[in-house]
Amino acid sequence: MRPITNLVIYEEDLSRINTCLSSLQRKARSAAVLLIDTSGQLIASAGETDALDTTPLASLAAGSVAAAGALAQLLGEKEFSFVFYDGERKRLHLSLIGGRAILLVLLDQNSAVALVRLQVKKFSREIEEVFTELSKRPDPVAEEGNPLAKPNIGEITDDDVENLFGKG
Amino acid sequence: MSFINYAAREINCKLVYYGPGLCGKTTNLQHIYKKVDPGMKGKLISLATESERTLFFDFLPLELGAIRGFKTRFHLYTVPGQIFYEASRRLILKGADGVVFVADSQLERMEANIQSLADMQQHLVDQGIDPDKISLVIQYNKRDLKNAVPIDELQKALNSRNLPWFEAVAPQGIGVFETLKAIAKLVMQELQKKT
Ligand SMILES: Nc1nc2c(ncn2[C@@H]2O[C@H](COP(=O)(O)OP(=O)(O)O)[C@@H](O)[C@H]2O)c(=O)[nH]1
Ligand SMILES: [Mg+2]
Repeated sequence: MRPITNLVIYEEDLSRINTCLSSLQRKARSAAVLLIDTSGQLIASAGETDALDTTPLASLAAGSVAAAGALAQLLGEKEFSFVFYDGERKRLHLSLIGGRAILLVLLDQNSAVALVRLQVKKFSREIEEVFTELSKRPDPVAEEGNPLAKPNIGEITDDDVENLFGKG
Repeated sequence: MSFINYAAREINCKLVYYGPGLCGKTTNLQHIYKKVDPGMKGKLISLATESERTLFFDFLPLELGAIRGFKTRFHLYTVPGQIFYEASRRLILKGADGVVFVADSQLERMEANIQSLADMQQHLVDQGIDPDKISLVIQYNKRDLKNAVPIDELQKALNSRNLPWFEAVAPQGIGVFETLKAIAKLVMQELQKKT
């Protein structure tokens, strides 16, 4: 059985992803762009995200894409290539990147859907490349001097867990 | 799938509350939401029908303290319990780092508990997760009811792996945080093994 591998992202990966997302957001003339892992966790974002509650947005977007995928299979389709929500002032474009991440593009009145679709296709390929490289990279061992060495989190004690929850 | 962000020094984990319909999964999340400091939680989102039965999932993001300088986030999900929401349950288990199996202690729900546990194991296998290796704790809920089955019988029927288990009365908050802390610890320990 193939174990689920964890997603580990370092500074350099994130800056590459951020650069992609920012270009996409500008070139698509969208309000904001979110990159979400398929289990519902936000990886990175660009654009006007301050007013957005990004955590539940990420979770609900992942649920929505997962449901769309299951619907597609019921109908004998491999997948639906995107999910689109059309509101009065806001629109959402959700698409999968290589089956492992979700790209959420928030459109406002100034955005054109055709342009968004075009740019999403282009940048999805770029972001997928970053993920492919991530997955090929040998698991960095905790060697001294290795810049990718994972810091050792160490033994987790009951006190650590108590501290996580504060006084509660 | 846990997501470790070294750039932001953050750890993100997904925890799923699984169990038969009406066993008290949503009630667990409601209690956690009520008690956690306002600065540590996001909105509790429930995708529910008018009769308040979970339709797709409940979602509660927690932003807890730090471990060795890593800010820790747990995203809590519940699954809908009714038989016909099987497809939804499978989707929610996707990428889970830890599972709380909530059992309904009532005698007449024994069969539903056993069925739900078997379902869960099958769904995990389908997701490529080894059901014998995933971090898992069991909560025996509804201990306040007269028709509650004795613990040793529940243990025999549901806990062959000898997993950590907790008695609970979720609406009163009894056992709720004990369960959450136990699964949090298991998941963090597992993460530490991988890093
Ligand atoms: N007596 C008692 N009732 C409970 C307990 N836990 C949950 N309930 C009730 O059981 C019903 C179903 O709970 P809910 O959390 O919605 O179940 P879910 O389907 O697992 O999400 C609600 O009316 C709860 O108040 C418990 O420990 N004792
Ligand atoms: Mg529920």
